[in-house]
Amino acid sequence: MFDFGKWTSAFNSFLLGTGMPEWLGIVIECVIIGVLVLLVYTVLALFYILYERKLCAWFQCRLGPMRVGKWGLLQVFADMFKILVKELICLKGTDRFLFKLAPYLVITSSVVMLACLPWGNGLQIIDWNIGIFFVLAVSSVGVLGILLAGWSSNNKYTLIGAMRSGAQMISYEISLGLSIITICVFAGTMDISALVSEQNSMWFIFRGHVPAIIAFIIYVIAATAETNRGPFDLPEAEHELTAGYHTEYSGIHFGFFYLAEYLNLFIVSGIASLMFLGGWMPLHIPGWDGFNMVMDYIPSPVWFLAKAFFISYVIIWFKWTFPRVRIDQMLAFEWKYLMPFSLANLLLMTLCVAFGWHF
Amino acid sequence: MSDIKDIIGKICPEATFEEGECLQVNVPEKSWYPLARQLKENRDLDFDVLSAVVGVDWKETIGVMYYLTSTSHNWNVISVKVEAENRDDAYIHSVSDLWKVANFQEREVYDMFGIKFINHPDMRRFFLRNDWVGHPLRKDYDANPEINPIRMDEETNEDDTRTYIEDENGKIVEKPGKVFDEEEYVVNIGPQHPSTHGVMRFRASIDGETVKKVDVVSGYIHRGIEKLTEGLTYPQILHFTDRMDYMSAHQNRHCLCMCIEKALGIEVPRRAEVIRVMMDELMRISSHLLSFGCTAMDLGATTAFFYGFREREMVLDIFEKTCGARMSMNYNVIGGVIADLHPDFQKDVKHLIEIMPERLKEYHTVFSNNLIAKNRLKNVGLLKKEDAINYAITGPSGRGSNWSCDCRKKHPYSIYSELDFDEVLLDGCDSYSRYMVRMKEIEQSCRILAQLVDNIPEGDIRAQVPKIIKLPAGRWYQQVEASRGTFGVYIESTGEKNPYRVHFQSPCFNLVGVMDLTCSGYMIADLITIGAALDFVIPDIDR
Repeated sequence: MFDFGKWTSAFNSFLLGTGMPEWLGIVIECVIIGVLVLLVYTVLALFYILYERKLCAWFQCRLGPMRVGKWGLLQVFADMFKILVKELICLKGTDRFLFKLAPYLVITSSVVMLACLPWGNGLQIIDWNIGIFFVLAVSSVGVLGILLAGWSSNNKYTLIGAMRSGAQMISYEISLGLSIITICVFAGTMDISALVSEQNSMWFIFRGHVPAIIAFIIYVIAATAETNRGPFDLPEAEHELTAGYHTEYSGIHFGFFYLAEYLNLFIVSGIASLMFLGGWMPLHIPGWDGFNMVMDYIPSPVWFLAKAFFISYVIIWFKWTFPRVRIDQMLAFEWKYLMPFSLANLLLMTLCVAFGWHF
Repeated sequence: MSDIKDIIGKICPEATFEEGECLQVNVPEKSWYPLARQLKENRDLDFDVLSAVVGVDWKETIGVMYYLTSTSHNWNVISVKVEAENRDDAYIHSVSDLWKVANFQEREVYDMFGIKFINHPDMRRFFLRNDWVGHPLRKDYDANPEINPIRMDEETNEDDTRTYIEDENGKIVEKPGKVFDEEEYVVNIGPQHPSTHGVMRFRASIDGETVKKVDVVSGYIHRGIEKLTEGLTYPQILHFTDRMDYMSAHQNRHCLCMCIEKALGIEVPRRAEVIRVMMDELMRISSHLLSFGCTAMDLGATTAFFYGFREREMVLDIFEKTCGARMSMNYNVIGGVIADLHPDFQKDVKHLIEIMPERLKEYHTVFSNNLIAKNRLKNVGLLKKEDAINYAITGPSGRGSNWSCDCRKKHPYSIYSELDFDEVLLDGCDSYSRYMVRMKEIEQSCRILAQLVDNIPEGDIRAQVPKIIKLPAGRWYQQVEASRGTFGVYIESTGEKNPYRVHFQSPCFNLVGVMDLTCSGYMIADLITIGAALDFVIPDIDR
């Protein structure tokens, strides 16, 4: 497997070799990485908008955007420029500071999470021993932005939307965290690069068999709720609350919420692929050395992106199939079924690990 | 008939009777309320449905025509004419405590005629702004635009309401009240809102996510159709019916044409009757498909919406080929239909009824049998059978409460008595039953179409009618089963070429009347689904 770490360390030694002090080298590297992350963020967001629009069109016997560019490929760029030139409206009676702060909180948390993902062999931006724990912590900052947006807009719809969102994200974070902990128990580490290399022999979903599959299902459900997507899209249920917490936003402020929503979809899919489907690790089957070799020829970023897109596809499929649940049903589902199940599953996984009932 | 006369004569000796299309009872205002109570509660009369409340200005006097139906006595209809004592300060006792449907109906009469109803709990205007000057349907109304300019400011005091009560001396006093208390958290839904299905406005008082009370604010697209008709000839007023409930365009127009034909005594050719019934049923399929799609979409299942629209396109294509339009078809005319069928008509209809059963199965797979959809619709928006009758909720919504109220069976018109079809009844009394009634009615409509598609007789499509249509003096009331319930047309003529008074009794008007009853105690999200399952169309309310 090609290690992208060779490139990065070569670049590092090149910078230091020019005789500049170490701190300056690190600053330059940080700036380059920051620019790259933002670029990837934008490109992925644009891709996801088109991806969802096309997929939902095909589910609905339509073609989707077809006019701008070949197969409507340039539609998203047109939309992006439109949103960039739109006026930022701030209505009378809004709390201006919090109103303008909220979208940045949402987008910052999702950019930071993006940097934690295992992009490829040696392409790890933020990597430390509590990596996955850090991701969970950062993801909770986003809900703060949503609550602020709903509160500062001074609108009853946005307030109801924000309250729904707060209740929902805080509830489903428990199941999400528990299913991740289940895998951490199995892997014995929270370090993201270690989690990936642990899956060299086989992906966790196969190695951990029953409890891992249960954790995977729970994770996908909880992740759908965490990203406010259908059937859990109550915070922005357009048929009840027009647009929920971001009703009053316009221009790029609205765009930030919109981008963050799509990117969060990618991020939860990325984390699912990290925790269950091996991150960037190719599909390895013990004993099939030839097959494993062939798999290794596919570059690691392709593996990662393909897995993430596949899980996103499943989540998009949910949205365009199911009706929306009601707030009480949603909370009952989490607290009465999903959370007890995850706890029992955690216990099951612990037993499996303790007695060695796994591959 | 004579029994009813005897019983009413005993209760109210001052009542006089006129024989007409149905028995008409004239009562003075003073004895109206006691008589109304007897009409409703006396087992021998048992007029449990208030079908229509029609305000009329007879120039010397002003008053109200009530059309009452008895479900237990063979769907017998009588009308009661009540005149207010003083034309300029008119008062009539409210019957909204007997028939709940009268609540909104009387508000409409107050709005349009200025008749105040004594003991009505909420005597506000229904359609017009509360700073509107005058009452438009009165014959002495001044339509000068300077009196009622387009006001650019907000409507004030929309929370103020009043009740007129009689004190001990028989003097009428006004008692002010408030719609919502000061400390209630009122959320405004509409008039610009994605799921009010048009320009409808609800003001919902909520406690957390639970709805406590819903106030219906209507009139945002009121076009004054009833006022307009008074200045037009009969053929000119036909097109308004297509623009009320645009999803029941054929049935509504069929109703108005039948009412005029009945007054003129015109016999419609058999071919035209068959075509009319087929168009009515196609319209019903199209309407129920739209309803399916919108219910699904209001629940967030956008994909199901497209599936419903895919089949609705086929119905619209059939309309387009024969009528030349996909909406506002203007197809029925007095004496028949305006154009003959398109050569493809039979082929297209056969294709439609062939694929529909399979497509309905698909809808059930994707939406009706979905667990989330079931949880969202079942046991939500309960409307008991007694309430459905009391609020005169007809159509699929009434039949979802197990009330057998299909006008095609109860007052068979056109050729419906010869056709073999079932009235769909479900006893869930909830949103799911209302929804399922619609889905099953699509099957029944297909059944009717299958019986007729190969049996369209040859012949004229239109009867000979006079060039200038003048109805004889009198009043007529005709009902049909539109897609959303019983649609009624009231025509009063003085023998002129334009009508003296036309009233359209729309089913959706009654449907919004139960929003408060059905939504209270449920959640905000349920308010939307209850509205979707009741399936009201706003232009039908705002005539």
